Parts: sequence; C-alpha cells; structure tokens
Amino acid sequence: MITAGIDIGSITAKAAIVDDGKILGTKVIFTGYNAEAAGKNVYEEVLKENALDKASVKKIVSTGYGRNSVKFADKSFTEIMCHAAGAYHLDKKVRSIIDIGGQDSKAIILDGDGKVKNFVMNDKCAAGTGRFLEVMARALEVDLDEFGEISLKSKKPSKISSLCTVFAESEVISLISKGEKRQDIIAGIHESIAARVASMAARLGLTEPLMITGGVARNIGVVSALEKKLGMKIEVSPYAQVNGALGAAFLAATL
Amino acid sequence: MKKAISEFFKMVLIFLAGRFKKFTMRFKKTKTMKDYMMVYYSQAKSARLTGRKVAWITSGGPVEPLIAMDIIPIYPENHGAMIGASKMGGYLCGLAENMGYSADLCSYARSDISCATVNGGPIGGLPRPDMLVCCNNICGTVLKWYEIQARYFNVPLFILDTPFCHTEYTEEMGRYVRAQFDEYFVFLEKACGKKFDFEKLNHVGHLSHQGQLLWQAVLDTAMHKPSPMSAFDAFYHLALIVTLRGTQDVLDYYTWLLSYMKDRIARGIGAVPNEKYRLLWDNIPIWHRTRWLSEKFASHNACLVADTYTTAWCGALRYIDENNFIDSAAEAHARIYLNIGIDQMAKMVIEMIDKYDVDGFVLHSNRSCKPYSFGQLDIQKIVERERGIPCLMLEADMTDERTFSESQISTRIDAYMEIIKERKNKK
Repeated sequence: MITAGIDIGSITAKAAIVDDGKILGTKVIFTGYNAEAAGKNVYEEVLKENALDKASVKKIVSTGYGRNSVKFADKSFTEIMCHAAGAYHLDKKVRSIIDIGGQDSKAIILDGDGKVKNFVMNDKCAAGTGRFLEVMARALEVDLDEFGEISLKSKKPSKISSLCTVFAESEVISLISKGEKRQDIIAGIHESIAARVASMAARLGLTEPLMITGGVARNIGVVSALEKKLGMKIEVSPYAQVNGALGAAFLAATL
Repeated sequence: MKKAISEFFKMVLIFLAGRFKKFTMRFKKTKTMKDYMMVYYSQAKSARLTGRKVAWITSGGPVEPLIAMDIIPIYPENHGAMIGASKMGGYLCGLAENMGYSADLCSYARSDISCATVNGGPIGGLPRPDMLVCCNNICGTVLKWYEIQARYFNVPLFILDTPFCHTEYTEEMGRYVRAQFDEYFVFLEKACGKKFDFEKLNHVGHLSHQGQLLWQAVLDTAMHKPSPMSAFDAFYHLALIVTLRGTQDVLDYYTWLLSYMKDRIARGIGAVPNEKYRLLWDNIPIWHRTRWLSEKFASHNACLVADTYTTAWCGALRYIDENNFIDSAAEAHARIYLNIGIDQMAKMVIEMIDKYDVDGFVLHSNRSCKPYSFGQLDIQKIVERERGIPCLMLEADMTDERTFSESQISTRIDAYMEIIKERKNKK
C-alpha cells in the first residue's frame, strides 16, 4: 500500500512516499509564510517526481508545527512520534534520537518496539536550533551548507557563552571584529549548540545506539561536536532531514 | 482634595454594592463563588467606612487569628491569580521591571508591587492594608516582597518564621513556631487596640478545620470515574478556602459544592465528556491559560483530576488538632507541602497518584515559583521509578503570559498524550 507523510516545519516542508516500507521518494521545499500552501505544494511535487497520482496514495499523515494546516491528511501525529517511527524503520536497533529542527530540538528515547518511551524538548528559545545556525550564517556571510566543512578546519574553537540567540549573534560579531578565524567562530557556534542539546538530553538519559535526525543533522560540525559532548557515537541517516515525513508515511500505513 | 472626595464616593458606592449583594444573597438558593467574592472584596475595599482593619497575608500564613479579631484578610497571591486570569500579568510585571525589579522575580510579587502604585488590575487594586502578615512557609521571596510593601504603605509587618522541615519536625521547631504565635497575638492586639479574643479563636479554628475537611471531601470526589470535577474546577473553587478560611461562608459554600459533585457522580456526569485518561497536575496553575489547557487536555479525552496545588489548603489536616488549634497550628503551618524535603514531597505525590488512579503526571515548571519548581525533576524521576507512569514537564509562568509559547506547549502535550494513549492501549 502506498502511503504519504508530510512534515511542515518552521523552515522547510518535507514529503515522503513509501510503499509497504519501501521508500519511493522524498522532497524538501521552503515552508514560506503559508504552511497550508507549502503542504499542498510539497505533496504535489513529490508525486510528480515519482510519477504518481493522488489516487494511488491510500493514506496520508501530517506532522510538524504545521501539521494541522494539512487539510487533506487523514490524521496528524506530533513530530516526536513520527521521528521515532522514521528512525526505528531505518534502524531497528536505535534506542535514542536527537532531532534538531528549525524551531526546536528534542531528545527521544525508544523502547524495544520503537515506541516513544520519553522525550524532552528545548526551552522556548532559539538557541540550540537550526534557526540559531541561520542567524549565525547570516552574520558570518557564509552559506549554511558550508558550515560543517569549514568548522572541521578549526583547531581552537571560539567561546560563545551567551545562552540567547540575539546576544550570541552580537558576541559573534565582536569575535569577527577581534579578527578571530571564521572556522574557529563557526566551530564555537557548533559547540554552543551541542552544549545546549547535550544538557537537555542528559536530563532524559540517552542510551545507544543514538541517531540524529532533522535538518541540522546535515551539518557534520554539529554532529561531531555533539559526539564529543555526549561521548557517544551518533548515527546519521541519509534521510535525516526527511525522517519526520518518512515516519509519518510509515505511520499512515498503520491507520 | 477633589481626588479624596471622589475616592470617598467610590468607596461608598462599593460599600453599598456589597451590602446590596449581601441582602439579595439571602434569597438565593445557591450562592455562587462570584457572590461571595464580590461581598468579600467590597467589604475589604470599604473597610475604612466601617472601621474594620485590613491585613494583607501570605497564602500559607495563619489567617484564623485575623478572623478572630474581625480583621479582613487580603491575599495578594489570590489577587495575583486574578491578575493572571485577566491576562494583565505581563503588563504589570513589565511595569515592575520598569521600577527596577528583575524579570527573574516571582510574577505575583512583581505584579503586586507595581499594581499598588497604579491601582491597576482587574479590581482596581487591593484595599490599602493596615498591617501585613508574612509567613515564609511558602517561599523566601515573600519576606522581601512584604518588607517592600510595609515600607510603601508605612504599616507594621509581622513575620512568622517557619523552619524548613527537610526530613522531620522536631520539638524545638514546634516550640520556636509556637512562641511566635504568642508574638503574633500581641502584634494583633497592638494593631487593633483591643485584647485578643482567644475564645473566638477557638471557634474560628474549629470552622477553619471544618472548612478544610469539606474542601478535602470536595477534592476527593475526583477519585470517582469519571471524575465529576477537574483540577481546573478546583483552581476556581479554591478561592474561598484561601480567602475566607475560618468563616461560616466557607462551610456553606463547600457543603453545597460537595452535594453538587455527589449529584454529578450519581448521574454519571464527568468534567471531561468521555474521560479516558486521568492525570495529576503539579504546581500553581498557568492562570492566563487555564481555559486553553483545559480544552487542550479535554480534546484528548484527558482529565486533570487532581493537583498538588489545591490540595495544599487541606494537606496539613493531619497535623491539626481541632480541640487545640493554637498549639497544633504551629506544626500545621511548618509542615506544608512547600516547606518539606523532596523525598516527602514525592511521597505525597505518589500517594495522590494511587489515590486518584492517574495515568500520568504533568508538571508545570513555574518560572516564578522557585520552591515549587526546584526539585521537580527529582520528583519526576522518583515517580517514574516508583510508578512507571509518563511524566510531562511544561515550562511557563503562573501570571506572566509573556513566557508562554503556545505552539511548543501544544506539541509537547500532543506528543505526551500519544505516549499515554499507547501505554494505556497496551495494557
């Protein structure tokens, strides 16, 4: 049975199509200001790219912050549930997940059946999220996609001590004017995110194997900083960014 | 001069409105909370006309001696709850911040301090106090908060110091607190210019005890499935046991409320239609979001059946000796929920989990209330270990609505309910 999952995040909208556990296709677009339209568009595009029509998709589940604006979905689940389902499908051994998205970060623990045992979310604050990285990329005039690679060159990461995105931005600006190397500043930013996420995850008590999901998983700098902070190996799936949508599609098959 | 005259007329109007309300209440079969609260606040706001004294007192303070001396007790914390519920907390807290108070201070304290200077808020400010009574069994902030108000209004302040009962309550503690009650009586005698009426205190103490028993009985109706009331109902009906404890009004109201809840039980009416999941709430309500939260949980067929907060006004019942109110009051005031160690708090929470047979525990990590929120993570871990039920921590503030982010809280609750549903369906 073909099913679809649609994950409307604060920055990007993701869609995934699966057929009895097999991934047929995925798509990522920017959410923009209209979440409802983004849901429709990303769904239509993923169908088009995979030469499918709407009739062939039997069930649709929506998730993410805009989950309730996807009117054509059969059901909606929170991204916690969907990331768990997605990660478990990709690797049955996974027991913990760290999901860093645009608007928030979460840590999730799974039981042996891939069900959510417990979770924590970041405090209502942008530090420790993808949005934090976006703000910093703008301040540093670096393309966000290059962030990870650049930071790996750093030998002496800068110290970013502020807990607030806005203050951290001015801290970064003063580091720039002090002449600190760009790679060190970026590495410092990654360490600051990793510290935030790690202390949140510590409240929950992570168990290995640990997988990272969400758009920020594409940033190798954040992942390696997190590995260091947690003292754990982190599994990065090639589907990390669309993991929520994938999970939603898998859950749709159970409806 | 003009201002003084208009203030006087305003007071006369409030006085007359209160008298009229009291008169019409005689003919009402069911007197509502609103009726009682209107008479209470109009009496307090026109106290100067009737020659009665007004005392501001902390929520955990001994109010019975005030009632015995015919002093009208006023609770800035109850006022804080009203400010929060009317969504005026953000504005008033901001005003206090303009005055130089830190945003990290308690939002009840901030809104009370700023409200006094502008007579703002939902009821145009509290009536001016003649004295302040502060008991630190609920927190340490009240000490500085009441000192500030004592200076602002230039009125005497009485502080009742209750030592923190980490693991036990000792004889020395008992003597220490009991001795302060004697000082309290002298303070009141001086403030009122008359002898303390111990006979009346015994009577008030008796009524207070009866009131607390009734309140406990009302809360106990939530043991029934489906629960006839939710914690959100308790948050509302709580106002009388807080403000008028020790009066006959409390007994009348809760006797009615108890029969009303029993009638709902008999007819099988639940607070949440289709109650499927039962939850326990911890900490002070998020006053500015009670309706939203109540609807949110109800949309998942979940009822917050009980809470650690409203239970506080009958939680020390076990220490009260009805026939020896004064001596037992010392222990009852020292051993309240917020003045005991984490292990004991967790024990009380677990007792409630069993008593109300709940499926989950929702903790409000309240930015304002440090003694209530500090240690919650440990309590959560103890509960998870001892009872294995899912727990949810929500970060917010009781009065300051600027700290609330709806979509994040919404996702947390939805995800939490997904876990609860899955667990329950597994059983």
